[in-house]
Amino acid sequence: MKLHEYQAKELLARYGLPVPEGRVAENVESGLQAADRLGYPVAIKAQVHAGGRGKAGGVQLARDRDEAREALASILGMTLRTAQTGGQGCRVRRVLVEQGVEICHEFYISILPDRASGTMMIIGSTEGGTDIEAVAARTPEKISRIHVDPFAGLQPFHIRRLAFELDLNECQEKQFFDLLRNLYRAVTENDLLLAEINPLVFTAADTFLLLDAKVEVDSSALFRHRDLAALRDDTDRDPLELEAGKYRLNYIRLDGNIGTMVNGAGLAMATMDLIKRAGAAPANFLDVGGGANAVMIEHGFRILLADPRVKAILINIFGGILRCDVLARGVVAAARATAIDMPVVVRMEGTNVEEGRRILAGSNLALVTAVDLRDAAEKIADIAGGL
Amino acid sequence: MSIFIDRDTRLLVQGITGREGRFHADRCRRYGTRIVAGVTPGKGGSEVDGTPVFNTVAEAVRKARANTSMILVPPPFAADAIMEAADAGIGLVVCITEGIPLFDMLRVRSFLRLTGCRLIGPNCPGLITPGVCKVGIMPGPIHTPGPVGVISRSGTLTYEVVHQLSRHGLGQSTCIGIGGDPVVGTSFLDCLQAFAEDPQTRGLVLVGEIGGSAEEEAARWIRDHLDMPVVGFIAGLTAPPGRRMGHAGAIVSGSGGTAAAKIRAMRDCGIHVCEDLGDFGGFCARVFHDLAPEIVFGQDKASPPDNTTADSFSARKKS
Repeated sequence: MKLHEYQAKELLARYGLPVPEGRVAENVESGLQAADRLGYPVAIKAQVHAGGRGKAGGVQLARDRDEAREALASILGMTLRTAQTGGQGCRVRRVLVEQGVEICHEFYISILPDRASGTMMIIGSTEGGTDIEAVAARTPEKISRIHVDPFAGLQPFHIRRLAFELDLNECQEKQFFDLLRNLYRAVTENDLLLAEINPLVFTAADTFLLLDAKVEVDSSALFRHRDLAALRDDTDRDPLELEAGKYRLNYIRLDGNIGTMVNGAGLAMATMDLIKRAGAAPANFLDVGGGANAVMIEHGFRILLADPRVKAILINIFGGILRCDVLARGVVAAARATAIDMPVVVRMEGTNVEEGRRILAGSNLALVTAVDLRDAAEKIADIAGGL
Repeated sequence: MSIFIDRDTRLLVQGITGREGRFHADRCRRYGTRIVAGVTPGKGGSEVDGTPVFNTVAEAVRKARANTSMILVPPPFAADAIMEAADAGIGLVVCITEGIPLFDMLRVRSFLRLTGCRLIGPNCPGLITPGVCKVGIMPGPIHTPGPVGVISRSGTLTYEVVHQLSRHGLGQSTCIGIGGDPVVGTSFLDCLQAFAEDPQTRGLVLVGEIGGSAEEEAARWIRDHLDMPVVGFIAGLTAPPGRRMGHAGAIVSGSGGTAAAKIRAMRDCGIHVCEDLGDFGGFCARVFHDLAPEIVFGQDKASPPDNTTADSFSARKKS
């Protein structure tokens, strides 16, 4: 779960990390009040769950009240399209108004768990304020990586090494020790999958400041962080994806017109690939999970039908824990409740498959049964050819 | 022969008094697995379907001589359950639980290095040695005994693959689902090394998906060390970058972890990659026939040729 910048900074400030003074505003008037109180110049920053805001015009500097009014009016309500938002972009409902800062040097710091080594990884660079992936590709020697054993924790030598590699001076190094310790503590105590400070600036006042902060919390750990769970903001998300989440269905909308419903993430991805191979395009990823019941199947089916782009549906279930008769009952119930005006191909295999097939056959619904995956692919290819 | 589980497996089920725990313990028992104990703190002294329940893993090891554990407890308690089993001297822990916080798993991995315990999973279907022992939640009847080892990151996709193998007369030595999380206890590489030492296994199937670089590492190891035919499959060719596709580990970031890159790496290392899941069984029958004709039973699984007994072949690991 991603946090907004202002939420991330509030969290990090609680760990003694230095963040610029700032206020959140949802309209021009309250934004101006905030700017007046902070004093000019100010930075006005769109609060959306996507990187690349600066390039898309979502971050602006204002030297006085007039510029602030102009910046607020242009950012609030704008639809931001960045490399990370996708084509439809996302609407800006909130801005963070922050005190302007005189920057002497910009660094990059992030802490994240590294899946390959099973350690905590600290990444540092003197090339702050830029696209760090581009720095890593162009000048890999400018990126420092420190691995920390999660059991032993962060040690002074880790910080010392990073301080030397970043070529910090004595004054900076002392502050850097506290800063890194606190950031590491914030990450481990809050189950953060990412804390990225880009840039971490050293100001004319000889202090470090977290100018930007990107934080992602492990959704699986929210049960022990009620305060963070309350920060969830789903306004940017696709309404069908939200609806699916209510029923514990794992749904991602894509661009094609063949809706799919599958049990298991791996099989769901493989089924999307199968549709593509058949010359069609999947409209979604929908994993109903191993423990799905008839009600979940019914909701999954409704969500597929609610997408106007879907012109045909492929249901692919390998019954293990989820039995085929349960699936069949869910499909029949959903089909009865909704008028289906498109071809639906059902392929199922595994536990209680005979009973499942009998239920589908006896329902008098116009369902197309596939005996195996190859048969399903051929039937989808036929249908897609006629769309 | 097989890897990790066999006739000597004495299974303990942590969370046996829960709905899932009881259901799957029963399925494993019916398959032939020796279930010697259950553990649920506070329910020691009771029984579930004839299996004694203990309060701690240490007690289950001492009194019921359990040597393997299957974990089906809710995510907040799963990391603790794994470490308890490892601490009590259990040699193999299979954790089915999905949704364990990543930081818990990092601690578990560090902890396990201090013990001799192997962890499979979490977020996995478990493993099965067909006809002998099942430690997991997969449907038993789709499996048949035979010479093909199966390693996979998925659940139902593995069932699909195994089902097609069985239908084409290709039985399995052991099928193992390593789990879909970013941090798992046993990697593709660990499984490959174990299969290489197993005389029954004479062909391998590797089922991967987008995200990470485990498939690439496995492919390089196969190229350098393994002398048996390997068929690969990668799910997620159509997955959009940056989105998490169900499994926490399945996310394409930057240019790394894409299905296309994995398929290329596998082919470069001599692995036969099947891109059409609908034809997976047929593909395997062709590959295993071409490269090792002696291991294929033929389309009619009822009449295997006489020379397919395990002891007539030795493991073909390169020296």
